[in-house]
Formats: sequence, C-alpha cells, structure tokens
Amino acid sequence: MSQRTPAPGDAPETGGSAVVDIRDLRITFATDADPVRAVDGVDLTVRPGEVLAVVGESGSGKTVTGKSILGLLPETATVQGAVLLDGQDVTTLSGTQLRQVRGRDAAMVFQEPSSALNPVYTIGWQLTEGLRAHGVRSKKAARAKAIEVLGQVGIPDPQSRVDHYPHQFSGGQKQRIVIAMALVLGSKVIVADEPTTALDVTVQAEILDLLRRVRTEFDTAIVLITHNMGVVADLADRVAVMYQGKVVEEAPARALFADPQHSYTRALLAAVPALPTRAGSAGVGERQATAEDPQPDGGAPLVQARDLHVVYPSRLGRPGFHAVAGASFEIAPGEVLGLVGESGSGKTTIGRAIAGLTRATGGSLQVLGHEMVGFRERAFRPLRARIGFVFQDPATSFNPLLTIADCIAEPLMVHTSATPREVRSRVAALLDAVHLPQHFGDRYPHELSGGQRQRASLARALALDPELLIADEPTSALDVSVQARVLEVFTELQERLGFAALFISHDLAVVGMLARRIAVLYRGEPVELGESASVLLDPQHSYTQRLLASVPVPDPVAQERRREELAALAD
Amino acid sequence: MTENTSAPPPEAPVADRTGPAWSRIPVLRELRQSVGLQRGMLVAGLALCLLFVLMALLAPLVAPYRYNQLADDAGTFARQAPPGDGHLWGTTVGGYDVLSRVIWGAQTALSTVIIAVVAALFLGVLLGLVSGYLGGWLDRVLVTIADAIYAFPTLLLAIVISIMISGGQSSKWGGIIAAALSITVVFIPQYFRVVRAETVRLKAEPFVEAAQVIGTPTGRILSRHVLRNATRSLPLIITLNASEAILTLAGLGFLGFGILPTSAAEWGYDLNRAISDVASGIWWTGVFPGAAIVLLVLGVTLVGESLNDLADPRLRIRRRAIGGASIENRDEEEQR
Repeated sequence: MSQRTPAPGDAPETGGSAVVDIRDLRITFATDADPVRAVDGVDLTVRPGEVLAVVGESGSGKTVTGKSILGLLPETATVQGAVLLDGQDVTTLSGTQLRQVRGRDAAMVFQEPSSALNPVYTIGWQLTEGLRAHGVRSKKAARAKAIEVLGQVGIPDPQSRVDHYPHQFSGGQKQRIVIAMALVLGSKVIVADEPTTALDVTVQAEILDLLRRVRTEFDTAIVLITHNMGVVADLADRVAVMYQGKVVEEAPARALFADPQHSYTRALLAAVPALPTRAGSAGVGERQATAEDPQPDGGAPLVQARDLHVVYPSRLGRPGFHAVAGASFEIAPGEVLGLVGESGSGKTTIGRAIAGLTRATGGSLQVLGHEMVGFRERAFRPLRARIGFVFQDPATSFNPLLTIADCIAEPLMVHTSATPREVRSRVAALLDAVHLPQHFGDRYPHELSGGQRQRASLARALALDPELLIADEPTSALDVSVQARVLEVFTELQERLGFAALFISHDLAVVGMLARRIAVLYRGEPVELGESASVLLDPQHSYTQRLLASVPVPDPVAQERRREELAALAD
Repeated sequence: MTENTSAPPPEAPVADRTGPAWSRIPVLRELRQSVGLQRGMLVAGLALCLLFVLMALLAPLVAPYRYNQLADDAGTFARQAPPGDGHLWGTTVGGYDVLSRVIWGAQTALSTVIIAVVAALFLGVLLGLVSGYLGGWLDRVLVTIADAIYAFPTLLLAIVISIMISGGQSSKWGGIIAAALSITVVFIPQYFRVVRAETVRLKAEPFVEAAQVIGTPTGRILSRHVLRNATRSLPLIITLNASEAILTLAGLGFLGFGILPTSAAEWGYDLNRAISDVASGIWWTGVFPGAAIVLLVLGVTLVGESLNDLADPRLRIRRRAIGGASIENRDEEEQR
C-alpha cells in the first residue's frame, strides 16, 4: 500500500499516538444551487481509549466530519486536507484500500439501529460478514468470535441468539449488535453517529454504559457525534464544539462544562432544559409561581378521559394491539398537562384520539363535551375549530406547495367566511405573535428553518383561537438552542391566550418547564399523574424513578453521581 | 448508502425558486439544471420532439402534396417510383407520395398521443385520488379492475376496443379517436396506480393530517393538498406513455385496424403496405415511415428518461463544486 506516511510526532500534543488525526479538513458539497461548504478547516485528534465528543447543531458538519474518517462521503463531496487514520491518509485511498481499512481500523455505529441491520440475514451472519471480508476463512472460528462478542455487549444467551433475525431484538439490543459488529474486528476507533438519539432514555443509559465499557475494556477510541449535551457529559473525555463547519472550542469535558470559553458553547449549554433538582429552584419552581395566576377557573374540563382504551386491530383471529389501556385524566380550561412516556407508551395515540385522528375504542373520552368513542366525523367537524394541533416534524406538517401565509390561513378559510383582507391581517397578527417577520408569509415551508417552521405551525394551530392545543413532541425534531426559543414562544402565548394544552414529550425536562401537571405513561397505562413538582422531585412509581434517573444531565460531575444512583436503582 | 448519496446538508436552498421565471416550467427547469450526458439526452430528445411537432403543425405548408393525393397537374403519380424528381422519397404501391405521407403522418400520430394521454391522465388521476384517499371497498374494486386490465396484452385490448368503437376502419377523426381511446383504456391503470400510491403515501403525511385536524372538507383536502403533491412523477409517465401510444397506434395501423389512407396519413398503415415491397428491393416505402416512428419514439423516450434521472437527486449529475468538470455518478450505469 502506498500512502503518505506522516512523520511520527508531528501530530499536535499527542506524541504521535493519535489513532485519528484530522488536519485542516475542508469538505464541499455540490448541490443544485451554490456549493455548500460543510466542513471548513477542522483539526481534530483522537487518542486510543479516548472518547472525543463532537457536538453541534444540525448542519454544523459534525456528521460529515465523522463519516470522513471512514471515507464514507457521497459522490458530490470534494475533500481537501488530510484524515490520518492510524497513520494512513483516508482521503487518498482507493476503493480496495478503503475496504481494508474500514472495519479493521475504524467502524461506524449509526443512529437508527433498525435500518443499519439487514432484516433478511441472521445477526450471526452479519457479524461474521466483516470477518469474512477481512480474511477469516473458517466458519467455525468466525461464529465462535461472533458469539463471544455478542456476550461481551450484553446480549443474553448469545449461543442461540446468534441465529436470530434483527426483528427479534429490541431497539436497544439492535444497537448493541451494531456495536458488536464494530468490536468483532477489533476496530481501533468507533465513530458513533448519534448512537442513542433514536432510543428511549432508559435504553440510552444502557447503551452509554456499554460504550463506556468498550472504551475501558478494549481500549477503543470513540468519536461520539451528538447534539445531546447530557450524553456528552456522561461519556466524553474531550469535547469539540462545531459551529458552521468550524471547531469553535475544544476542551476536556469537565473543563468545558465548568468553564465554557466560546460564546456559542455558552449559549448551547444555557439552552439545554434542566431537570429540576431538590436543591435548585430551576424550571418547575418558576413555572409554579406563574401558574398560580391563570388558575383553572373551575369550569367543566375540556377533555375528560375515563378508562380510555385504544386498540389497533391486527390480523384476523389475533387480539388487537392495546396502544392505550385504561387511561383516565382531565384537562381543565387553561391548564397545561404534560404527557410523558417512552416510544410505544401510547402518548401520541392519546393525543391523536383527542384530535379525532385515531379512533378511541373503549371507555369514554369526552372532548369539548363530545364523546369520541364511536364519533362521526360530520358531527365532530364544527368542534375542530376549537382544537389546535402542533405536529412533531415541522418539515412534513406543511404542504410544500403552499406559502406559509396560505398554510396559516387554511383554518380561517375552512371555518370562517372571512374576506381575503381579514384573512391577511389575521395571518399578519399570528406571524407577529410567534415572532416571525411579516415577509416570511410569502415564503415556502422549505425556505424556513426547523424552528421557524415549528413557530409557524404554532401560528396555524392558534389561528382560530382554540380552547385546546395538542402539541405532539413539538420540539423533538429541533436543536436545543432552537427548542429553547420555540418553548419560550409557546409559554408566552399560553400565558397570554390562556388556552389549555396537552403537551406530549419524551423529554422530562421540557415537560417540567411547561406543564402544571404531568402524566407518566408506561406501555399504554398511566402509572403516575400529579403536579409537576411532585412527579419530578418525588416520583412514587418505580418506572418514573428509573425514567428520571436515566436522563443524563449536562454536567459531568453531577452525571457521574446520577449514574451511580441509577445503578443502585437497578439493583 | 442510499442515505449518504442524497445528503446535501439541510437547509440548502432548492434551485427551483432561483433564476428567471421561465426556468420554473417543468421541462425547462430540468433543462437548466442538467449537466453533461443527461443534458445531451434531454436536448436531443427535445429537438426530435420539436421537429415532429413542427412537421405536424406546418404539414399543409411543407408537404409537397396532400396525404391522399394521387395525381397533380402533370397527371397521375407513378406507382412505386424511386426517389427522384417530383417525388423526393418516391411513391408507394398505391401511388401516394412517401414524403408527404410521412409529414402528414406526424399530425395523426401527435393528435392520437395528445388525446390518449390527456384522457388517460384525467380519468386515471381522478380515480387514483379518490380510490387512494377513501380506500375501502371502492379502492379494492378499482385496484382489481386495474390489475385485470394489466393482465390483457395491451395490443389485443386496443384491437378489441378499436373494433368496438369504429368497426375497424374509419374516417380521420373517427380513427384517431378510436385509436386514442383504445390506448387510453390501456394507460388509465398506469396513472391510476401511480397517483393512488402517491395518495396513499400522502394520506399519512402530517400536512394532510394537519388539514384533517383543522376540519377541512375531503374535497378541499384532495384538490388543495393531495392532488398537487401527487402529480410530481406524472411528467415522466406522460412522456414514457406517449412513446408507447405512438407504437400502439402504429401497431394498430400495421395490423389493419387503423385509418383509411384516404382519410389520413398513418405510418403503421404505410408500413403494412410496404411489406410486399421489401422482397422486390423497393426500400423507400418502408424505411421512411419506419424511421419516423423510431425517431419520434426515440425523442419522446429520451426526454422521459432524462427527466426521470433529473428528478431523482441520487441520479442527477451535478457540476463539481470545485473545478468545472461534472461528476458522473458511478453506480448510475449499473442501475439502469
């Protein structure tokens, strides 16, 4: 193999032991419009056994930087600079050479484990595929190695599980298998691109534990790409903060969290919603004080669920899937109820049932006095004017062919007979209320950023002054700094307009900031319902306790303590 | 790798809102966007199509004779005269001028294509929208019928319908409409399928759900939110179908279910009459109408294929960001 061999020792501050050494990396993408410079002069080094976290918001170039380590860039990318992987410049390697490097020297863990595994092969086949590609001929040896690694990443009963297919594993287990695929070849560095973003918070804690063990037991270097400051605090030794293709700050994790230097880092840290602590009065405390003013005025509840069941039908002769099993709660006028749970807990289903998008099948669900079990669309339609809905993904919840103003005007066009002039002035007022400039109304949805779109979505939901707003994970698709802004607008409008809201989220800290009361769902059943402060500070149910303890906080010192608490809880 | 190859960083502005107003018209926008081989294909295809459109429009001016003319001031045309004076491309066994028949034939071919595609488009899109959005038994019945039509050999179906409509042979417009409608029936399932699939996908999109939550009536959801988003892939099918329509029309004419030579010029009919000439070394009666069919189909197909590639960001060739040369997508050839 021919490659530029850098003189050992010229890597900065490492004494030549760096596994990955990125020097003045510049990556440019050709697009339909002007070329986009995704990475602009990045220098990074990773030493063996070190976890380097690359943090930044979407579009900051962190994923592209990570993928460049494995030479996994699309055809449209132009790379300048050097990426030295174990002394070899990846950017100059041919396809064959790259294939030898991948797996042996560097491996990748992807965000979505379900799509990283091939559904038609057993996991054993997929684990040994890498070994076969790298010259292990004996089937027996490869299989033995696969079983060994599966055991190491904590898959129970690896001897028999090795012959199972991906769909027979849970999301967390699939991510373990993807990590095992990286370990089976003894990669020197693992690039983990948002390895826990698609996972629930309790599973996330387990995967982070596993990565930590991989680092200490195998002395593998890990490049952790994430936007979650809590994950960074939990795992990273060193942190590089990226912003618009540049590394704006690089420091050891503790130093960075304790004393951030760059203004962007400070803003990023400040934007992370904090869980309330017993000692501090952040979040819930503040909200409690203001929540006193618009006290629920004792009117009839807007939403009243009694033993609500939602069953999705399944194939003939099989029992249906119970998405919601016996939920009871109320939403009073002007009240914000937070609905928390992991994926599959039925929280979104409840929101959709209230909006009439999913049919409630059992029990009783009264929305604005209308029974939703067995409802007829025609009879419910007039009431829809009094309900607003904010969807999770702002990118897809707008018709891409209509302007923002048209989208916001849609409810007015459907439910009122306002003149075009009235509609225009109402849209202008709404844009103003969510702090978007007037001229944004003439733009198309794809011309707005995610946060701006979500604010426009809020404007559309509020167009008819609804009494009830259902917000289904409205900020989970957004970056932290953007999320903070959207939540701010939400809080402000809720206080001013006094609508009731059902705020659905998997993020306890976010719900804690907004909601007066919180309901915790677990597998379709509500396990805890109470005032925000009491649920977050003094959880009664063991699941709530585990959920709370699993949330990583953006502070390495505190996170270490919490980790021990969680371990104690698990025993 | 599918994710990677199509991952320009987010928030990149989409090109169709930049540039002059004409560049937003579907085909012209792609023309402006295209680079290299794809641009060559598109330009060649458009040029061929334009040539035939001009031929059709200007037929009365450019053609030396009428399509059914058998004599002029100098007397009756010679039969099977070789290309030469008076008859640039010679005459057929029936004494028609080949050049004139080829030029007038463009008119017949294009009007059939337009009627066939427009009729199939409207019916197919309407049925697809309703069927996909409402679902239920209506959907099941329509899908079954569409599948049943697929199961027929298309030419056989076209023959049956052409006999049903016009009894086989007829006047110019009777023949054109018979041919067009028989092609329509074959094509409706294609539009139906595509639009139905898009509608089913769009039905689950949050922005359609957002409209449902608002309480938008179904008709408004379909027209304002679903239809406009479901028609993106239609230009491709239209171009691909158009070439198929030309071939079906020629096939019908060739088999003798087309239009009488006295009512309109039709390439397939001319080819049929040229069969016996081939053995006796008379090449000009067959080659010219045949070439016309091939070139028109080629032109339309080139446009369709290059539009198809340009519509897919993974297949689209772009200018290299640094330096001027374009990047050929390596996997592209294997995928075709």
